[in-house]
Amino acid sequence: MPLIEIDGQQLEVAAGSTVMDAAQRAGIYIPHFCYHKKLSIAANCRMCLVEVEKAPKPLPACATPVTDGMQVSTRSAKAITAQKGVMEFLLINHPLDCPICDQGGECQLQDLAVGYGESASRYQEPKRVVKDKDLGPLISTDMTRCIHCSRCVRFGQEIAGLMELGMPGRGEHTEVMPFLETQVSHELSGNVIDLCPVGALTSKPFRFSARPWELSRRRAVSPHDGLGANLALHVMQNRVLRATPVDNEAINECWLADRDRFSYQALTAEDRLTRPLVREGERWIEVDWRKALAQAAGALKVIRETHGAEAIGFLTSPQQTVEEHYLFARLAQGLGCENLDHRIDQADCPNLPGAPWLGMSIAELGELDRVLLIGSTLRKEQPLIAQRLRQAVKRGAQLNVVHAADDDLLCKVAHKLITRPSGLARALAEIARALAEAGRDLGAAAAAVAAVAVSDAARAIAASLLSGERKAVLLGAVARQHPHRTDLHRLAQAIAAASGASLGMLVDSADAVGAAVVGCLPGPRGLGAAAMVAQPRKAYVLLGIEPYLDAQDAAGMRRALQASELVIALSAFKGAAQHYAHVILPVAAFAETDGAFVNMEGRVQDFRAAVKPAGEARPAWKVLRVLGNLLDLDGFDYDTAEAVRRAALPEAEASVRARLDNSPAAGELRLPAAADGLERLGETPIYQGDMLARRAPALQATRDSENAKLCWARGDLIERLGLTEGQPVRIVQEGGESVMKLGRDDRLADGVVRVAGAHPLSSKLGPRYGAARLEKM
Amino acid sequence: MSLNVANHKVCSWTQDYDQPASLATYTAHGGYEALRKILAEKTPAEDIIAQVKTSALRGRGGAGFPTGLKWSFMPRGYAGDKYIVCNTDEGEPGTFKDRDILLYNPHQLIEGMLIAGYTLGAKAGYNYIHGEIFEQYESWQQALEEARAAGFLGRNILGSGWDFDLFAHHGYGAYICGEETALLESIEGKKGQPRFKPPFPASFGLYGKPTTINNTETLASIPWIMRFGGQAFLELGKPNNGGSKLFSVSGHVNRPGNYEVRLGTPFAELLDMAGGVRAGHRLKAVIPGGSSAPVLTAEAMMACTLDFDSIAKAGSMLGSGAVIVMDDSVCMVKALERLSYFYFEESCGQCTPCREGTGWLYRIVHRIEHGQGRPEDLDELLRIGRNIGGNTICALGEAAVGPVASFVKHFRQEFEYHIENKRCMVGH
Repeated sequence: MPLIEIDGQQLEVAAGSTVMDAAQRAGIYIPHFCYHKKLSIAANCRMCLVEVEKAPKPLPACATPVTDGMQVSTRSAKAITAQKGVMEFLLINHPLDCPICDQGGECQLQDLAVGYGESASRYQEPKRVVKDKDLGPLISTDMTRCIHCSRCVRFGQEIAGLMELGMPGRGEHTEVMPFLETQVSHELSGNVIDLCPVGALTSKPFRFSARPWELSRRRAVSPHDGLGANLALHVMQNRVLRATPVDNEAINECWLADRDRFSYQALTAEDRLTRPLVREGERWIEVDWRKALAQAAGALKVIRETHGAEAIGFLTSPQQTVEEHYLFARLAQGLGCENLDHRIDQADCPNLPGAPWLGMSIAELGELDRVLLIGSTLRKEQPLIAQRLRQAVKRGAQLNVVHAADDDLLCKVAHKLITRPSGLARALAEIARALAEAGRDLGAAAAAVAAVAVSDAARAIAASLLSGERKAVLLGAVARQHPHRTDLHRLAQAIAAASGASLGMLVDSADAVGAAVVGCLPGPRGLGAAAMVAQPRKAYVLLGIEPYLDAQDAAGMRRALQASELVIALSAFKGAAQHYAHVILPVAAFAETDGAFVNMEGRVQDFRAAVKPAGEARPAWKVLRVLGNLLDLDGFDYDTAEAVRRAALPEAEASVRARLDNSPAAGELRLPAAADGLERLGETPIYQGDMLARRAPALQATRDSENAKLCWARGDLIERLGLTEGQPVRIVQEGGESVMKLGRDDRLADGVVRVAGAHPLSSKLGPRYGAARLEKM
Repeated sequence: MSLNVANHKVCSWTQDYDQPASLATYTAHGGYEALRKILAEKTPAEDIIAQVKTSALRGRGGAGFPTGLKWSFMPRGYAGDKYIVCNTDEGEPGTFKDRDILLYNPHQLIEGMLIAGYTLGAKAGYNYIHGEIFEQYESWQQALEEARAAGFLGRNILGSGWDFDLFAHHGYGAYICGEETALLESIEGKKGQPRFKPPFPASFGLYGKPTTINNTETLASIPWIMRFGGQAFLELGKPNNGGSKLFSVSGHVNRPGNYEVRLGTPFAELLDMAGGVRAGHRLKAVIPGGSSAPVLTAEAMMACTLDFDSIAKAGSMLGSGAVIVMDDSVCMVKALERLSYFYFEESCGQCTPCREGTGWLYRIVHRIEHGQGRPEDLDELLRIGRNIGGNTICALGEAAVGPVASFVKHFRQEFEYHIENKRCMVGH
């Protein structure tokens, strides 16, 4: 290892590292703007110029590789002169608008100008003005402030995989801009706000709402997907005003998805519930907590006494905290009810031997050599997981895809099988069969796939999985929500076992693993979520869900709730609750409660409330605790969320690890037949996954949200049915119908209509992956 | 006179014939003989590089880097593809020599590139041609077709079993694409802006493969060297400055144009060849090597011989051999304003000192020229120049500073007069 000297400090550094790396190791700060640890080296800002012995000119620390015996001075007269010279150039055309700049107070240029700038400018010529750009609802621009470091451009090219920003123009006319006056639409686009070292790109929702020094930063864990991105909530006067990432290499690195960044807006949504509500006839009355809780407990007791505990259904969202999941399960069990589930968007809710999980650490995803991705609209399910896999592909991994749509993953896909949802199992069977033909043992799955004819694509995927060292077979949200879930799971397991790959579930909710670990699942005689819809209950207790949106079969759920005698809804938002509920208990939303999530890799991440709950809302764990007491159940005397967590996970993360298991449900693999006719592909759109995202105006203004409002079909299908792109079309499913505008997407599999689930426009439709018809209006 | 050891015209000799660009003219005078010999004898690459080193051929594009040394940087045992690239992005104000090679002697360049490709183990060669010259692009394309038809390019060249091909790439006229790594980016279809170095093109060049980039005149000199030997080439010039060189003489002379003379020839002789300074005027200043080279006063220039070392000693550069002659009618402030505008306009904008500094320089000079100069401006120009020079990714920053610093240094009085009197010292 080369031995070098920086500012008199001797240190050994790894060969191939740069002077910047070495300085960081030595704890020496070298000023910089364009350098960023996750991006390629541009060396264009020139702020990190340092003096290197024997070099005739100052050298950029970020781009200069270390050599043995190198002597570097970062603070010598020559280095400082160069750095100050660069700072002067950066400032001559930079506007002096710090007092009205959102970046003021947390601006790299402002900070470094204190150290390297002069108090007055010697520049006497006219200053440059650059036209601002419309980058969409998330990112605000003040392009005159741009210092052309190109971080935002490199982010698009290297991390997001989509170059939505470029730097056309030459010399002084160089400008960062989106191409052809389009806006920025990538699901990770908000990261350029953090990357921008000046106030050129700032948060549009946050614009002019506070100065950084007025904000207190509170740590939180993002509730939107299975990653559990670490973030800081910036709070002023009990209001969350923005969210920024907190570095955690093991989880979100230094990034956030736009969903993690902007969903805080929902905390002040108009339909926040701030007082308990009870229905009296057709009227809703605001009551105090004592009365509301007494009424809820009393009504539950009546149902249990008249119809038995099995007449009640307990449904929770997988995005609640692990403490809430634990108490919710205890409440159901305490009442003797086994109808309990957190898998509300699943068509097939099997009894599994353990808690499904990623099967490896999140960081390991980036190190994979071979991947088979099954039934996943990954970029929109978990944007940062897609990013990890993109980095793996850049390093040479082969990504293979089995899905119902050939969506652009913004990286190279080695081989793919694109088929209608009901054909996914057959596609996997082909791959399994190809592995058998290559001499691999499929175990119990062998017989079911013995007669399957293998396509070239399936053979290529099998060959890909048989090469490479680190491999994974990953099941996504479409596979999880799919009516053939169990068979897809069994096939995936057979493929993984036969190819030596690890089997993983791309768990897409904040605490789905936690919910499974603490038992938010049906008991041996109980009903799962889908069965509670198919076999309506007399009463439902709902925690944190919007049933008409979250359910797998929205129309079925609507019928079940309307036919019931009692619905108790614990929710932070009113939504449609007044249509189906009888008692509405306002609970704290994300950021308003203490708790923990167990993420997809089984990591327990706890957090504190960042703000007080809105109005009289109370953290759900406290509400459940009191309900338990009122129902005279044992073991509901907890004073803190930590105490609940200790009861839920007595050995903390070890309690989770002991339950992680990706084995499929017991039983034989049956290869389901593919259906005829049109099928719906009803994924949850990226900004419809939970109550928060649905209520964040900025997210709802994005192109992704616009796309979710359309019914998508392939051009040949549109032509065959005599329909017109851009015109309204009627979607008919058993149990419901809906009208949406028709869009064209030739990447869909044959026979597929993509109509988003979890969406107000489709909330009267039936199963998300069921048969569907399109009719001309 | 033909291609001949006694003829000092290495690159421009075909212009003495009727159809200078034709394959027939070139082969009739020994063209492609050097290549034929190398392929027949399978001359080892080391021997060729040794000849080039002996010849003291130095890069004709401006930097004057020894060509043999540059060639020796290419990795030998490298398993993948390698490339040879010819830099005909002749955009420096005052320079117009390489276009004449394409127009009048394209085959000598083709042969030079073939020999370079053979020596360096390249898979293919590209000639990056400046975007503002069209006739020359056509001429070179036509020559490629002729050479291909005659078996000098393509598969199994001259029956040797060696495959090699050449392609032309027409640029769009950006000066910065003459910088070798910006040129590579441009060939790759990217925005033409320089890469930072290291890595150098010899290890990470075109498409990330080892690449050697030479100027047009440099490559066109290779056949002569291989035909008559490195020593003969060296003897055309003087030690460390081998060969002859094309000089593009422009400005206030009676016969502007390209003149090929032996390196070491006194400047006065070149000035005579170009017909001398216009009648009734005196020589005032000369930019000896293209607009980036510092200006020299008439006295300093008249004492120089035309070679890298002599001009460097006088405080400027031989550069690309573009000799810009200015007589006593020239206002040096106006001249500098024009030059500064060029660099301001052509800065690629990638790195801070050049993007911001070239505009600053231009605006100050512009103010002085327009009667709004301030006494402190001259020192300010020099200070800004020092902050640009050496701090940029490529040499354009220094190229922009060269004229400013030298104009102010040699003609400070004229600038001061302009500032004080808000008008020109030179009456016209």
